[in-house]
Amino acid sequence: MKYTEEHEWLRAENDLIIVGITEHATTQLGDIVFVELPAVGTTVAKDDEVVVIESVKAASDILAPIDGEIVEVNEALGENPALANDDATGAGWFFKIKPSNPAQMDGLMDEAAYNAFIA
Amino acid sequence: MADLLQTPLYDLHLSLGAKMVPFAGYAMPVQYPMGVMGEHTHTREKAGLFDVSHMGQVIIAADDFETAARALETLVPVDILGLGVGRQRYGFFTNDAGGITDDLMLANRGDHIFVVVNAACKVADIAHMTDNLKGVRVTEVADRALIALQGPAAEGVLATLDPKATQMRFMDVATLTLQGAECWVSRSGYTGEDGFEISVPAAQAEALAKTLLAHDDVEPIGLGARDSLRLEAGLCLYGHDIDTDTSPAQAALGWAIQKVRRTGGARAGGFPGEKAVLSEFALGPARKRVGLLPEGRAPMREGVMLFATPEDDTPIGQITSGTFGPTVGGPVAMGYVPSQYAPTGTTVYGELRGKRLPLTVSALPFVPAKFKR
Repeated sequence: MKYTEEHEWLRAENDLIIVGITEHATTQLGDIVFVELPAVGTTVAKDDEVVVIESVKAASDILAPIDGEIVEVNEALGENPALANDDATGAGWFFKIKPSNPAQMDGLMDEAAYNAFIA
Repeated sequence: MADLLQTPLYDLHLSLGAKMVPFAGYAMPVQYPMGVMGEHTHTREKAGLFDVSHMGQVIIAADDFETAARALETLVPVDILGLGVGRQRYGFFTNDAGGITDDLMLANRGDHIFVVVNAACKVADIAHMTDNLKGVRVTEVADRALIALQGPAAEGVLATLDPKATQMRFMDVATLTLQGAECWVSRSGYTGEDGFEISVPAAQAEALAKTLLAHDDVEPIGLGARDSLRLEAGLCLYGHDIDTDTSPAQAALGWAIQKVRRTGGARAGGFPGEKAVLSEFALGPARKRVGLLPEGRAPMREGVMLFATPEDDTPIGQITSGTFGPTVGGPVAMGYVPSQYAPTGTTVYGELRGKRLPLTVSALPFVPAKFKR
């Protein structure tokens, strides 16, 4: 698992990368009540706004962590956005992206570096 | 947060794991570990304890209640003189233009009026009353905390400390002895639930709060859930849903101005902006505060602009409060629209992240009030 300073996690699954936000992020955001996911097939560049999360407190933008094409989104979040709180790194995943520049993964933090980042 | 004021319950909030935020110059709990959704739901199902000690508590006294009431009626366009002993009523201050400078609760406590005003306005309100009320004494009650206990279990919990609590009806006020402390209690609140607001001497506030919290049904509730509870209940938040640019008629607060203070009433007018306020009721306001239910799940918050159609360039109004309503199970909002768009069922469009999304004008409250009348 890799991490960004925007509190996203990335996990490789075959040639795809699954992306979500960390438990640290969901705890900070509070109860998540709405997640707006990108359309499947969208091509995104690193730092594009790709997901909008609404918590009980405020709206937050999630930026694409790497370049690529969105190939699948977690439709379950539409009906049950609280999945992102309840299981941030599992059932609460946001989207799967097919990276166009896999080397971008190398610049991300590993778990130890992320834990130090949020400490 | 070093320069922020602290309420008498500050240490208790920290010990309960509250997340503290600045609010109206005070360090206040926005949520506890339970979280906003859980706190909201708990209040609707059982009981929540809120620290509202940042609000201003003021005594207005004169030789007798009537003198104080007649004086305060010169600033507040509601029937204060007709308020029975031990009764409370909602009201607001108006300015010369007929705008609202704050909203408040006022109670007839026998020989004086007890007033509770908003934290952010209390300095101005007290100066306003001190400067303009002749022949009365305006005294801030700075040595008392204010605790709200709200929800269906509130009565049973408070009755364990003083059984007289069960005899109170909605908007009654009484002095109860709670753990030996003389408490000024009203059966009211700002959540749409049955409940009580308890003015307690500061030195005894933490002990009382701890006793109430020790009950299985009671959890501490922060400002986050307080906001979603009052919004579902259709209640205005000063500085957002009402302010100096909104009038009582526009804010749909006509119910708070009794006949006796209206055109043709025995004590019609006699308050700042009387002409503007009363004529606007007669003519009908050009715009009105309404409830708004956004379609879908995305909350539309304060500041979202409203349009008559998905294409129009010119907004017709805007949202003044909006959030996710945990009890409603979807987003809820309030805002102002021109009166022709105010009928329930009208569709308007809010612009959210560049998209126009429909909202339906809805009757308030979103969640039926459960007051014990």
